[in-house]
Amino acid sequence: MSLENRVTEIIVNKLGVKAEEVTPEAHFVTDLGADSLDQVELMMDFEDAFDLKISDEEAGKLQTVGAVIDFLKDKGISV
Amino acid sequence: MSHRRVVVTGLGVLSPIGVSPEEAWTNAVGGKSGIDRISLLDPADFTSQIAGQVKDFDPAAHFGPAESRKCDRFTQFARVASRSAWNAAGLSECNSNPERIGVILGSGVGGIGTFEDQMKVAAERGPRRISPFFVPMMISNMACGQVAIDLNAKGLNYCTVTACASSGHALAAALDSIRLNRADIIVAGGSEAPITFMALGGFCALKALSTGYNDRPTQACRPFDRDRDGFVMSEGGAVFILEEYEHAKARGVEIIAELVGAGMTCDAYHITAPAEGGDGSRRAMVLAMQDGGIAPEEVDYINAHGTSTQLNDVNETIAIINALGEQHARKIMVSSTKSVHGHMLGAAGSMESAMTCLALKHGVIPPTINHENPGDGCVLDYVPNEAREADIDIALSNSLGFGGHNVTLAFRKFTGN
Repeated sequence: MSLENRVTEIIVNKLGVKAEEVTPEAHFVTDLGADSLDQVELMMDFEDAFDLKISDEEAGKLQTVGAVIDFLKDKGISV
Repeated sequence: MSHRRVVVTGLGVLSPIGVSPEEAWTNAVGGKSGIDRISLLDPADFTSQIAGQVKDFDPAAHFGPAESRKCDRFTQFARVASRSAWNAAGLSECNSNPERIGVILGSGVGGIGTFEDQMKVAAERGPRRISPFFVPMMISNMACGQVAIDLNAKGLNYCTVTACASSGHALAAALDSIRLNRADIIVAGGSEAPITFMALGGFCALKALSTGYNDRPTQACRPFDRDRDGFVMSEGGAVFILEEYEHAKARGVEIIAELVGAGMTCDAYHITAPAEGGDGSRRAMVLAMQDGGIAPEEVDYINAHGTSTQLNDVNETIAIINALGEQHARKIMVSSTKSVHGHMLGAAGSMESAMTCLALKHGVIPPTINHENPGDGCVLDYVPNEAREADIDIALSNSLGFGGHNVTLAFRKFTGN
């Protein structure tokens, strides 16, 4: 499974949105209906799935799906 | 004293004997028990292995999977029962001022299941893995908060926490608030989801639960019977729409019954045992009758707290005799619908009040099932095993909770004025 698909799967599971809504441009709050608590849980799910730590400062910048994917790629994660 | 009257215009029920007021009523009248072996967890290591569970409840069908994961089961029950009461009262098509609509819901143990789940996560994976939803899911007032969001109810809103009297207090508080002109409509009642490892284990440790009927679950709850051996824990929610009378009349909605009085006391005696002779409960009944302008001789029916514990049933019987006078107490009907739906703890008061209102409306008294041989000192007419037709006018519903809390609610049949 590609990194994009894995990220999409986590978001769909957590937020109950449709996979086709999870585009790189999609904003967690304005497009996917997340609130600040959902975002905290999402970051925990990404940490678990990809075995890394996301600092509060980093998490604050991850407001779109694309930002998460770029962040993970920068950390050297491919799947 | 204000003369703003308070009537019941909607009921919502999720219970071991049905997921609507009508279904629960039919089963209560038919004496059909909702008690079964516990399936929500493996009960093998517990002394009490039976409970009243809400069957076939799929939260995802109501809220979707993502949203239902963010609500503890007690909040899910509250939301579904509240919405159902709301719709039944015709409020989905009503333009009442949201700021005049309140929510008062009780729960004894709130999100105890969430607490247990997250405690496990923290123990296994450390405090950084505690969910941000842990606190908002666990706190007992969140059912009220979520229901307010669902129904856009912007008026007074709080949670009553008095163990097994919680939703009795919620209804009493709603009565007071409408009388005092703090609101026109209050969504009031309670919900409970206590069939969890710690809550079940904790009540087992208290020696409060029935342990001798694990192989015969439907016979376990036997209020006022000689062979009773403890209460049977249940889950669910029961919610009322309480409404100021003129407001209800102006809407043209059907009125199910009138809530005419409430009495509230404390035993100030022991943390779990009732006061000798049920004195706190007696005083609650007397206060409720006074509040409702009811003479003891007018009471036709009492839906008893009737838990099926040794101490409750005999002390409540004495309390009823002392509240009404022996002569009248022996004439009236007293039943415990816990015999069919079990003890819904924080939801017990509103569940049993719902059954009481339906008894007034239908002119039928639901029975106390499993009542074969009266226990020592259990000398009243408990409507054993068979429902009885009776055109009744005034009924009381008792709720007593750990902490010595006593609530009695007085309902009057609504006859059109």
